[in-house]
Amino acid sequence: MDKYECPCGYVYDPTEGDMDNGIEPGTAWEDLPDSWVCPLCGAEQEYFEKVE
Amino acid sequence: MFKPIQIADKLYSVGCRDWDIRDFHGYYIPEGTTYNAFLVTGEKNILIDTVKSNFSDELLSNINRIIDPKKIDAVISNHTEMDHSGSIPKIMHKIGEDKPLYCSKMGAQNLKSHFNREYNFQVVGSGDTVTLGNRTFSFLETRMLHWPDSMFTWMPDEKILFSSDAFGQHYAGDKFFDDEIGDEIMPHARKYYANILLHFSPRVQALLADVAKMNLDIRMICPDHGIIWRKNPSKIITAYDRWSRQQPGKKALVIFDSMWESTTKMARAVTSGIESEDVGVRLMNTRKWHRSDIMTEVMGAGAVAVGSPTLNNGIFPVIADVLTYIKGLRPQNKIAAAFGSYGWSGEAVKILNKEFEEMKWQIVDGGVKVVYVPDESDLERCFDLGVTLAKALKEKLSP
Repeated sequence: MDKYECPCGYVYDPTEGDMDNGIEPGTAWEDLPDSWVCPLCGAEQEYFEKVE
Repeated sequence: MFKPIQIADKLYSVGCRDWDIRDFHGYYIPEGTTYNAFLVTGEKNILIDTVKSNFSDELLSNINRIIDPKKIDAVISNHTEMDHSGSIPKIMHKIGEDKPLYCSKMGAQNLKSHFNREYNFQVVGSGDTVTLGNRTFSFLETRMLHWPDSMFTWMPDEKILFSSDAFGQHYAGDKFFDDEIGDEIMPHARKYYANILLHFSPRVQALLADVAKMNLDIRMICPDHGIIWRKNPSKIITAYDRWSRQQPGKKALVIFDSMWESTTKMARAVTSGIESEDVGVRLMNTRKWHRSDIMTEVMGAGAVAVGSPTLNNGIFPVIADVLTYIKGLRPQNKIAAAFGSYGWSGEAVKILNKEFEEMKWQIVDGGVKVVYVPDESDLERCFDLGVTLAKALKEKLSP
């Protein structure tokens, strides 16, 4: 599963999810709810880029 | 005191010049800077951005030369960093705490964090338009250019863009517009980009594409620092497009420090090697050059050699400072090589190579290590390292 990086430096790692915001480990980037934003800076998902 | 400058009909620049500041959170600004704020007058009076808190009184006094500050009906905050938001508490107190304060969603959150209080936040997002009296403002969020709260304010009738920190320059002088200062401003704009925005280059590219699609026909760009682009705003937009592409230039940089001049000798030999291949090179001693000047040169270079002695099993602290700074700004498309003298353990070259890898710089050679003092053959190896680096750069740049 691909990781995605926010311009602020935060990396969404699907194996870890984002438990503080109710995202279970194993949640793929594509399966995140639309309401999920960067937990550090608040950026919406459109700002993220896939980590190559 | 700063005489308010009229920039368009009933529209003024009312900010302040900070002649004394030299260290801008670790970025060296030899000519000081300005904190630009803009006053739009008419049926309603609107202040766009403020200044650093210790200039609050000067801002009020500048506004007072045009209108009584109490007559300001609304404030627009494009960016919450304290050099632009620092005077918000004083301004709001003066004009009335309940007056509307327009900002982005993150702007409202950040202003609360900065000042520990609520204002009458009017949250606006990309595409939102607000009409205040006979003036229309629309907004474009420019998230992470360079903070989460950053946004642009656009006046569609006047065709003036208030671009927050983007397109700014740290320059305080007797010139206020691009046509007055000419090309002299470009090195300041370039240094600003390298030190404030380089790591957000992908966002800059996306923003420029968005703005191009909007067909704004921008007449003037008013950044929050430095001169206003009124004659040829496309000049700075074109420069941002070029800088954000991070294309490697046909020049090299040798960054080094030394304890007993051994690494200095090596650095000079590397430099000679690069020059022998007709590639322009600059030698920068990290204790003679400020990290922000080194960063500006890194942005334009295609190849970077870094030399550090080994001190206490690590790299030299000043080199670590500069590399930490460079790494955070994420310069891309570089080729690199390391060198350094050591006494007994010699970890520096290995550590430097690891830093290059983490920055995704292409390492062209394992590097040159010399025990204590370089002899003729060691210096030849350094010369050859320079040749290898320069050849690799030329090959990379060849069509």
